[in-house]
Amino acid sequence: MMDAARLETIISRYDGEPYDLIPILQDIQDSYGFLPKEEVKAVARRLKVPLTQVYSVATFYKMFTLVPKGRHQIRVCLGTTCHLKGGQRLADSLSSRLGVKVGHTTADGQFSLETVGCLGSCAQAPVMMIDDHYFGRVTVDKVPKLLKPFQQAADSTP
Amino acid sequence: MPRFATVDQLRQYRRQLAAGYDPQQLQVLVCAGPGCLPLGSLEVAAAFRTACAEKGLNERVILKTSGCQGLCAKGVRVLIRPQEISYEQVTVEDVPEIVATTLVNGGIVDRLVHQDPLSQAKCIHKWEIPFYQHQHLMVLRHLDLLDPESLDDYLRLGGYLSLEKVLLGMTPEEVIDLVERSGLRGRGGAGFPTGRKWRLCREVPGEVKFIICNGDEGDPGAFMDRAVMEGDPHAVLEGMIVGAYAIGARRGYIYVRHEYPLAVKRLQLAIDQAREAGFLGQDILGSGFDFDLRIARGSGAFVCGEETALMASIEGLIGEPIPRPPYPAQSGLFGQPTVINNVETWANVPEIINRGAEWYASLGTERSKGTKVFSLVGAVNHTGLVEVPMGTTLRQIIFDLGGGIPGGKEFKAVQTGGPSGGCIPKQFLDLPVDYDSLQEVGSIMGSGGMIVMDETSCMVDVARYFIGFLYEESCGKCTPCREGLRQLVHLYEDIIHGRAEEGHLALMEELCAVMRSASICGLGQSAVNPVLTTLKYFREEYEAHIRDKKCPALVCRPLLKYTIDPEACTGCLACVRECPVGAISGRKKEPQEIDQELCVKCGLCYEVCQFDAVRRE
Repeated sequence: MMDAARLETIISRYDGEPYDLIPILQDIQDSYGFLPKEEVKAVARRLKVPLTQVYSVATFYKMFTLVPKGRHQIRVCLGTTCHLKGGQRLADSLSSRLGVKVGHTTADGQFSLETVGCLGSCAQAPVMMIDDHYFGRVTVDKVPKLLKPFQQAADSTP
Repeated sequence: MPRFATVDQLRQYRRQLAAGYDPQQLQVLVCAGPGCLPLGSLEVAAAFRTACAEKGLNERVILKTSGCQGLCAKGVRVLIRPQEISYEQVTVEDVPEIVATTLVNGGIVDRLVHQDPLSQAKCIHKWEIPFYQHQHLMVLRHLDLLDPESLDDYLRLGGYLSLEKVLLGMTPEEVIDLVERSGLRGRGGAGFPTGRKWRLCREVPGEVKFIICNGDEGDPGAFMDRAVMEGDPHAVLEGMIVGAYAIGARRGYIYVRHEYPLAVKRLQLAIDQAREAGFLGQDILGSGFDFDLRIARGSGAFVCGEETALMASIEGLIGEPIPRPPYPAQSGLFGQPTVINNVETWANVPEIINRGAEWYASLGTERSKGTKVFSLVGAVNHTGLVEVPMGTTLRQIIFDLGGGIPGGKEFKAVQTGGPSGGCIPKQFLDLPVDYDSLQEVGSIMGSGGMIVMDETSCMVDVARYFIGFLYEESCGKCTPCREGLRQLVHLYEDIIHGRAEEGHLALMEELCAVMRSASICGLGQSAVNPVLTTLKYFREEYEAHIRDKKCPALVCRPLLKYTIDPEACTGCLACVRECPVGAISGRKKEPQEIDQELCVKCGLCYEVCQFDAVRRE
């Protein structure tokens, strides 16, 4: 069931014009972790933007997802420097260790794994982020240790 | 922060700030730039806070986290003023010693000072480090001086002086004239003269005009703009307000990619501070000039760095470019005349206004004036952020500032300009870096990413990487770009799998010619640069892949073979645990073996082996 008040809080931050579509979708993505169907339909109605256009925006930009993401977002940088310094191997290692393909979420819903174009910390390549934390010079053997605190945090939350 | 209704009130406040500032005050600046942050800057800063409190130094020492201090390779960096002592590779464990030795007793912690890799000389002070000696800081000049979240710091360093100057005594035409004479060209890549762009926009009739700061720094390997937005956000704002005055714009946007959350936060804070102080809003400093700014966050689309796609994105649409003309200066955001410049261009403006066109034009080369910031990364000792006058040679940047190639390896190429740029080989190391000479060798200035590669990089793989990146990021609107990139991806797949034939290279060149002439926007037109430059300068590497089915740099996975040396293998099983396909077997404490049928050549075993027992050929 859609939480109308929660959505209203987001929409009320803006003018309610068609050009507010992207910031509103961003806020929904940030708040819900994805773009729920009913909310997206409600935004289309409120901004008087065709649902097809909302859908095209929601699927064009990489930031948006139409399915829920995991509790922790892992982003492996595949920028040029990270590519040269083994970013792909790092992504492979995380993928096999967590048992999840890039772009997907683990079965227990704890981790989403994705690769990104560049995180802008090229001097410390290869770089990855878990949620808002940056990790630099990540060699494959460091992966278990980096994941541990997030796994523990995941276990302790009900 | 008071609201300054007039320039006089602002000047009064500046005097107060100056009077309250003691240049001899001990200051600790912990670098929290893009390079140091992943290494634990915030933890180091917290450790300083605790250690200073324990020693009762809170009154005597000002602790700040600063923007990028430049030499990222040796982070976390800590700068201590007024002595200008520069410590590097500082960890939380080092902090109590720094506090006791340097802050309390005025001594030096020897093991944390910089050692020059060439002369082995120890450099205690920042000015002794060769990396800094060859630079000319303009855009980056505040980065290790201020706390990016403090407007007072910025004002104390002369912030918003250029705004005072233009509002008090310059007409918009005079401002445009000055910027035009300075020779400033857009730092986003194409290098269009900034003053001319402003004039075009000013001369278009219309009440509503916009200015935009393009902070959608999507080029992989580039973080100059991130460092400026995070480290000196008010400089970007100041440049934009001056620009808005010159053009006659009332509203502006800063478009920042969402992958830079700290830049968004800092810019938003700076906008709020500027509004409170009266640098934004109605009747700025009592001049009658109104202007306000807001942030538009990107949503993860590389193509939005292209100006027409960026504007579509601000309008709430998908980021598809449209053909130009009309140029944004004639018909841009919401169909209104719009000036769009990138972060570094805007950050140059205040200093040009303050110090004059002639001073600025005295820096650089005939047709490229001023300085340029580069993110120097890859196979180079001193990775980091550098700012040098235009015309500095690649050799000076890579070897004098960058300290050369690590591990005694051989320089192979430098990649400039991101995915739209090219790979420049050794014979052009003495090329002066400016817009025109980079273009002559098939690359571009781009936004300023500079990625150094040594003999361990495969140039086929590098070009394939960029094509793969652009294939993912192409918006798909025009056929040459969408389908051309798809075909290039297939051709590269053939090459790295050893399936390619002699005719492949000619086919690629033909495809590139079509993409270059027929794509709608810069993404497709310049996507061919990585292909063409590597084909031109590193053709023998392509031929090795095609004829000999070998990757000389041992990078392209399908052409590799991994084996385990039974003499060196200790049977520790580290590789067995890491192998994603279970291809490695053997008894514990005995040599292991790789099943070549199962092996996917990912190289994880090679990376985790502590005994160099995994062989790659």
